[in-house]
Amino acid sequence: MRDVLVHAWLVLRKDLVLEWRARTAFLSTLVFTVLVLMVFNFGRDPTAIGPRDLAPSVLWVTFTFAAMLALNRAFQLELENQALDGLLLTPMSRGSLYLGKFGANLAFVTVVEAVALPLFALFFNVPVLPVLAPLALVTALATIGFVAVGTLFSAMVIRTRFAELLLPVLLLPFMIPPLVWAVMTTAKLFAGRPLSEMDGWLRLLAAYDIVFVALATLLFPVTVSE
Amino acid sequence: MKHIRVGRWITAVALALLAGVYVRALVFTPVERMQGPAQKIFYVHVPAAWATMLAMGLVGVASILFLLVKDHRYDRFAEASAEVGTAFSLVMLTTGPIWAKPIWGTWWTWDARLTLTLFLFFLFVGYLLLRSAVTDPGLRARYSAVLGICGLVLLPFIHMSVYLFRTLHPQPIVLKPSAPSLPGPMLVTFLTSVGVFTMLYVGFVVQRYGIGQLREEREPPHA
Amino acid sequence: MLRAERLRHAFGRIRALDDISFTLAAGETLTIFGPNGAGKTTLLRVLAGLVRPQAGRVHLDGGRRAVGWIGHAAHLYGHLSVRENVLFWASLYDVPGRERPARVAAVLDRLGLGGRADQPVRTLSRGLLQRAAIARALVHDPSVLLLDEPFTGLDLAAAAEFRALLHELAAAGRVMVLATHNVEEGAELATHVAFQRTGRFVALAPRGERGAPEIAHAYRQAMADA
Repeated sequence: MRDVLVHAWLVLRKDLVLEWRARTAFLSTLVFTVLVLMVFNFGRDPTAIGPRDLAPSVLWVTFTFAAMLALNRAFQLELENQALDGLLLTPMSRGSLYLGKFGANLAFVTVVEAVALPLFALFFNVPVLPVLAPLALVTALATIGFVAVGTLFSAMVIRTRFAELLLPVLLLPFMIPPLVWAVMTTAKLFAGRPLSEMDGWLRLLAAYDIVFVALATLLFPVTVSE
Repeated sequence: MKHIRVGRWITAVALALLAGVYVRALVFTPVERMQGPAQKIFYVHVPAAWATMLAMGLVGVASILFLLVKDHRYDRFAEASAEVGTAFSLVMLTTGPIWAKPIWGTWWTWDARLTLTLFLFFLFVGYLLLRSAVTDPGLRARYSAVLGICGLVLLPFIHMSVYLFRTLHPQPIVLKPSAPSLPGPMLVTFLTSVGVFTMLYVGFVVQRYGIGQLREEREPPHA
Repeated sequence: MLRAERLRHAFGRIRALDDISFTLAAGETLTIFGPNGAGKTTLLRVLAGLVRPQAGRVHLDGGRRAVGWIGHAAHLYGHLSVRENVLFWASLYDVPGRERPARVAAVLDRLGLGGRADQPVRTLSRGLLQRAAIARALVHDPSVLLLDEPFTGLDLAAAAEFRALLHELAAAGRVMVLATHNVEEGAELATHVAFQRTGRFVALAPRGERGAPEIAHAYRQAMADA
């Protein structure tokens, strides 16, 4: 068990170092995020729609796109020099590889979210600080859900034609439930509703995460075997 | 060939019975008091949604069996079920709005059934697209199985989302979702319809399975 | 010790492996000659544990930990330096942390990469890249070496040095399986020679005293028959 975590950590660290050195994916994701925030802000009629009406949806669209961009690059890193084969040749368990990739994707998306959130609060004039803790919780739970399934699928699509096109299509039905739960919870948070009203959705998010992380870890070896 | 022949018979019988169901629903079943004749779509839409969900569920089960046993027949079945499911959900997604517009005044409602069917449609389309994007048959079967199982596990979450959403955002018109609260003759029509749609599903899948078998005979997945 | 028992594998209608069996003891080298598409790479991938054969079994003392792979793909990350790459792979093969830097330095020196250890891999020429790949494959001291056209990209001098290295490794008791279509390169190293065609071994015999020209002749004849 300890080996599994050690190996996963090695893969995770390697991914983050590579990401940092290349920086292209990270920068383009950030730029895109800022763009989305600005478009939503300028695209509304200020007299008809208050910024706070759009806020939850805007926030989650931004986070979702960031997750998608992160997931696309996950296994592309392994394409050069066929490094994926190299990883599969090692005595490392397939579960370690999944956990390492999952962790790296999670870290990437979390950093983007952490940058996007203050910008969002600024542009949309939303009081984020009073609800920061529950908001962070919802964000973490939903992100884990997207990334768990997304990491699994990105391992599959890497060997298909139209990989970048296929990934969003496959992920769509799997992202909608956690996304919807997260948006509704966020809307309630911004409206100042008590936490007890969001209980159901938070529980669903947690259940979704547990189920899909377990399932993905179980199924991952199938996607990389030959 | 045997499968296709048997499948054709089942489908033919099911279609005949379906006509019977239409007649019974429109002419012989009492009109529901509060919603009027419009409610009768329920006898077709709910069973069709059921068949679509059955299709997805069986894709999932076949996927699990395939990964456990590695028998290609399960993969062939899953492919057949997915295609039939896609067809069913497409029919529902087109007839639903066409019926909804004159009755409710809008093309789309976030009604439980329609939303569920939309999801199933996305899952099926994704499944079929994945299959078409993988050239090696062995890999294709394995990848499809992974997606199929994930889809199966997703179903309860979709269900819970849709119903949770509905209890908090009550629709102005909501069709009664569950059968047991129906009085006698309506229940009979409804259950018969469910049976007929299931039979229709079986007939189509058996035919499609047969076609899949023929295709593979021309190009075996593994020697 | 490495043993293959009645391996069979097909991709669709193409038989990549058709009833392949052999046994190799420590210090023995099997060189497999065959045209492209004969199934040599598939055989090596099955031996390495990357592909599970549809029939038959592989017995390899030590499992994946004991295998070193050298093929056309370098399995290296362009944005990491040579040293960082080899350290990463060493860690995945569970080379103990304390020994790692020394072992990495040693293997890099052995392959003439000492001066370029901190250069990013993407700046290396094809020949140096191949040498770095060899370093990666050897750092964990594998007892079994699987080599898939390993001389590709090496100039004459580097190829000669590499051959000398392989002789050393064989003398020290390593088991090696080398696949190539170039008889000159692979003949001298072999203790056993096999000709592979459309998945089958059309010949498998100890090399004995035969030199490269004799083997080349036998190879051409074997390929011309049937």
